[in-house]
This record gives sequence, C-alpha cells and structure tokens, in this order.
Amino acid sequence: MAGMTITEKIMAKHSGRASVSPGENVWVNVDVLMTHDICGPGTIGIFKEKFGPHAKVWDKNRVVIIPDHYIFTADDKCHRNVQILRDFVREQGLIYYYDPEFVKNEPGMPNPYIDPTRTSYKGVCHKALPEEGHVRPGEILLGTDSHTCTAGAFGQFATGVGNTDAAFTLGTGKTWLKVPPTMKFVFHGQIPPYLTAKDLILAVIGDISVSGATYKTMYFAGEGISSLTLEDRMTLTNMAIEAGGKNGVCDVDDKTLRYVRARSRIHDYDVFRDDPDAKFCYEQEWDLAAMEPLVAKPHSPDNKDTARNCRDVKIDQAYVGSCTGGKITDMIFAASILNGRQVKVPTFIVPGSTEVHRDMKQLNLHGRPKGPGEKSIEEILIDAGCRVGPSGCSACLGGPPDTFGRLQKTEVCISTTNRNFPGRMGSAQASVFLASPLTVAASALTGHITDPREYVSSPIETGMAGVA
Amino acid sequence: MLDIIRGKAYVLGDNIDTDQIIPAKFLSYNPSDPSERKYFGMYAMDGVPAGQMGLPDGNIRFVKPNEFKSEFSIVIGGRNFGCGSSREHAPLAIAEAGVRVVIAEFYARIFFRNCVNGGYLVPYESPERLMEITHTGDELVVDVKRNLLSNVTRRTEHKLSPLGDVAPIIEAGGVFEYAKLAGMI
Repeated sequence: MAGMTITEKIMAKHSGRASVSPGENVWVNVDVLMTHDICGPGTIGIFKEKFGPHAKVWDKNRVVIIPDHYIFTADDKCHRNVQILRDFVREQGLIYYYDPEFVKNEPGMPNPYIDPTRTSYKGVCHKALPEEGHVRPGEILLGTDSHTCTAGAFGQFATGVGNTDAAFTLGTGKTWLKVPPTMKFVFHGQIPPYLTAKDLILAVIGDISVSGATYKTMYFAGEGISSLTLEDRMTLTNMAIEAGGKNGVCDVDDKTLRYVRARSRIHDYDVFRDDPDAKFCYEQEWDLAAMEPLVAKPHSPDNKDTARNCRDVKIDQAYVGSCTGGKITDMIFAASILNGRQVKVPTFIVPGSTEVHRDMKQLNLHGRPKGPGEKSIEEILIDAGCRVGPSGCSACLGGPPDTFGRLQKTEVCISTTNRNFPGRMGSAQASVFLASPLTVAASALTGHITDPREYVSSPIETGMAGVA
Repeated sequence: MLDIIRGKAYVLGDNIDTDQIIPAKFLSYNPSDPSERKYFGMYAMDGVPAGQMGLPDGNIRFVKPNEFKSEFSIVIGGRNFGCGSSREHAPLAIAEAGVRVVIAEFYARIFFRNCVNGGYLVPYESPERLMEITHTGDELVVDVKRNLLSNVTRRTEHKLSPLGDVAPIIEAGGVFEYAKLAGMI
C-alpha cells in the first residue's frame, strides 16, 4: 500500500476504506457542520425543501451555528436572518448556537454588547470554532464559509461548502469529496521578530498564484511551523483558500493537543501523520531568515511585493481584524508597535472574537494578566488613537453600508484581512493592501506603507495569549 | 438537463471572484424566499469593475438597472472563475439572471461544486482561451451532448472539455437528485 498524507488518511478513515488516492471521489462521514448568518438561512431553506418541513438534522450534537457576519447593523434583513437561525436552533433542539441576543436601541443599532453576561455571542466563526471546542485533529469539518479551512491548523480536514452541500450534510451527515493531492511547504529556521505567519502565506500565494493550489491540500511543515503559535498557524491555513486550496493542514504537536484538551468535550480523536513514503504533488522550501515583510497589492492576494518597495504608497486607513488577522496574538503584534505612539491615519481594530476582546481587556502587552498600573492591550491601542469595534466579520467583506471600518470612495487601506478583490471592503473604487499586523501597525504610525523592521528589533512575547 | 443552450455571450476576464459576482452587501437577501431571491438576478455581476463588464469593450452591464433578468444567457470567463468565498449566492445569482451555462478555462473549486451540487449552472471548461476570441453579444450555441460550442456570429466551433466525474450529478439536476437516483436518500 502506498504511503498516505494526513489528508488522505483522514479521508480514508471517514469513508471506511483502508486507503485512498488523490483524484478518487469518496463519500465521507462529516464530524461537524458549521453555518452562520449569511449562509444559514439559505441552507435551512434547502434542508426543509429537500427533506421536508418536519425533517430533523442528522445529529444535533454535530451542528454548530455561529452568527458573525452582519450583526452590528441597523439593516432589518440581517436581524431577520439571525432570527431564522434562532428559530431553527429551537425547532431542532441544537446545542451549539452562539446568539448575539439583540437589544435594539431604537432607532439606532442593536447592541449585543449592552450586557455581555447575557449573550453567548462569539464573533467570527473560524476563531470561535476552536475556542468553543468544536475543532479536533483527524476530524472532518465542513462550514458554509470559504475560510473554514482555518481549522486545518489543528490537523483536521476542514473546508468551505455552499448551502446545498451544507443542507445535504445537515440531513445525511455525509458529503462527497474528491481526494486532493498534497502540496508541501517546508519552512526552515525560527521566525524572525519582524515577520508573522501572514508574511509567510503571502509569500506562498505570491509564488504559486491565487489558483496555484486549486483542488489541492496545502500542508505547512518544518521547524519554522512547529515554532509558531497555533494562532499563527491558523493564519497560514486560513489563507489556503486564497491560493485556491481545498484545505490547509499542519502537523499535530503538543501545542495542538494542549489547546484541544483544554477546549473540547470530546477526547476521542485521531492524530494522523504523513507516512515516510507519502506522495506530494509539489514541494517547496523556505528559509525564514531570508524572508521579508510583504504586502499583497490591489486587487489580488497574489500581487506580492515587499513592504519596503511600497514605502511611497500613502494610506487613508489601517485595519486590524478578521479571522485572518484579528486573533489575540495579532492584537499583541499590533500593540507592540503602537505602544506609546500615535497613529497618523484612522485605524480600526476589530477583535476576531469576544474572547479576543476579553483578553484585550485583561492581558498586558506581553500576553500576561495585566498587573496594577499596567495598560491592557485595548488601552494601549485606544491610547495610540485606534478605534476598537465589536468583534465580528465587520468590514473585512464590506458588509451593509453602516459596517464599522467599511471603506468609502477611493480610500487606500492596509489591512490584516485576507482578500483585496475589487470592492471587497465595501467600495468598488477603494484599494486594499494585505499585510501582517506588524506592517499594518507600522504603516498606521507613518501614514504610508512601512516595513515593520523600522520599529521591531527584539522578539515580541505573546505569553500565554491564545495558548490554551 | 437541456441538450442545446442558445443565447448571447457575456464575456469576463480572469479571476472573477464571488465578491464581483454578487457583492457582500446583497447577501442579506434570503435565497430561500422567492420574493427576495429574484434580487440576486438584479445584482448579478454588480461588483465587476466597469471596464471589465462585458469584454472586450467593457461598460456593458450584465443586467440592466431595475431588471431581474439578463439579456445574456451564456457567460464566458477566463482562469479561476468564481474564486473567493463559498457563497452559493454566486452561481444562484448568475442562474437567477437567466444563465444556464458558464464556460471558463478553469474554476475555483467551491464555485464549481456549488454549480454542480446546487444544479444551478453547467460549468464547462474550455481548453481554448475563449474570452479572447469571443465578444460580448456574440450569438452562441452550446451542444451539451457533443460538448461543442458554436459561435454563430463568428462562424467558429470550439471543443469544450467533457464534464467528467460530475456529469451524472449535473444530469440528475444536483446532488439531492443524484443521491435519490442512487438510493442514498
């Protein structure tokens, strides 16, 4: 029997076969299905149309519903969509639902933060899934969102699907998948203090293009990856879709197991590793010491350049947020540069989840509980002139016109998010540069794109932030 | 499935992402509600930059303002058509505007899957770079049985790649219909 990769082993196990090969179509059993407020209503509609008005989901313990996209808006249709989720959760007796529980302040916006103790709202689904213990090695996770691939950082197969696929899985617990060939990206050395995983993934996408991994698995390996925090690994797997990847995956190690053990209620899962003779369709090696801070220029995530080369680009706005760049370690990276300084352009901070926001209030710059007289991460950011908004997807994908941080007219923005397609952040005439939280923070201070090496010389400690 | 699809071509470039096909601000419409679903037709391709709307000339709207259907019924794209988000609203919007077939050099996989499993569009791949030799407004005929595209305006014929593994799902009309035929559900 030929050697198998992690992804092939997961697919073999879930299709009840001893082995699978790339290109084969297999029916697999799905462990967890996730949906949210913009794809949930369509999914539920198809589920009821195809399985009948009284149909029940295949397993109420395996369906996770996380409203996150259009929460902080006065648009009634968005609130109606959350109500559709809420009604479905009640009707089906679902257990894992994270409700923003609107309290509407007429005539303005609903404010789920009005009493945080009364809401189970979590923020962006890809951050909330591991936080709430829904992500485990060796499992198959489907989500109605292309960045579902984020969870591959935990050694599982995770990918985005549409409403029809999700509705099919809701009723049957199954889906068909074509077994993808695996591309292997090996990173050597330790990550230098002026780089984050964002620079690594922009380098890869810039090299292989926005379609270089279409239908394929992107496997990130090497001591450069094992030295990363889980949150930084999530940044890598999160953007696998930006190269067209079906999924991204990292090896499971002690950091993964520690996180999962602390969060998951289920402790029965498989840790798969590549066989020594596993086949890869592509292999590329990177030396971390030789890499530079990068940006993706408008209007494509593969339009790679160095931050240094773009120093003449003036910016109108900076944005730190999203499933890609709104984690607690991203906030620490940004705060470490902004600490004690003042931003020159409007700078929007959007915590990826309510847990990130809580940690921003409770942790200090080094990711440890803030002591008396010490500033919290949020205080550092606010004192630097940043505006901190409520956690959620926010302006990463534009959203309704009243979305926090949404771009207007021809604004130029540097952002820690994942896509810079035309119109992505709200205005068809705007330009978005994608970069790491370090580069975004350095640029916010100068008003033009700035290499963070001008501000970072020593390693940035992130302490216990995002560790378990 | 239709055997012959006729209509006018709407030509787009490479890397047409789902934010261009249906911008996120329209995703609050519920596709399961018929009174809202039609708006996906109205706003299909609304995010394509003006110069790229209907090649080679550009500035040709896919759907005229305040209308729900397009005058074009076959979309021609370049490489990596439908990249970006998993929103099924994208193939749904193109179909809702009246299109039944898209021909591109290759697709982003979630978009392709949504076309097939949702039964919205026949997603053909073309070995030729049709976006460079087809003009928006050309009269086209797609023969699904023979995997053949005829450009009536230019009097040319072009082979399309066979639909392959997914042909049985497309023929059934989507993954639910396919699974029913296979006795799975």
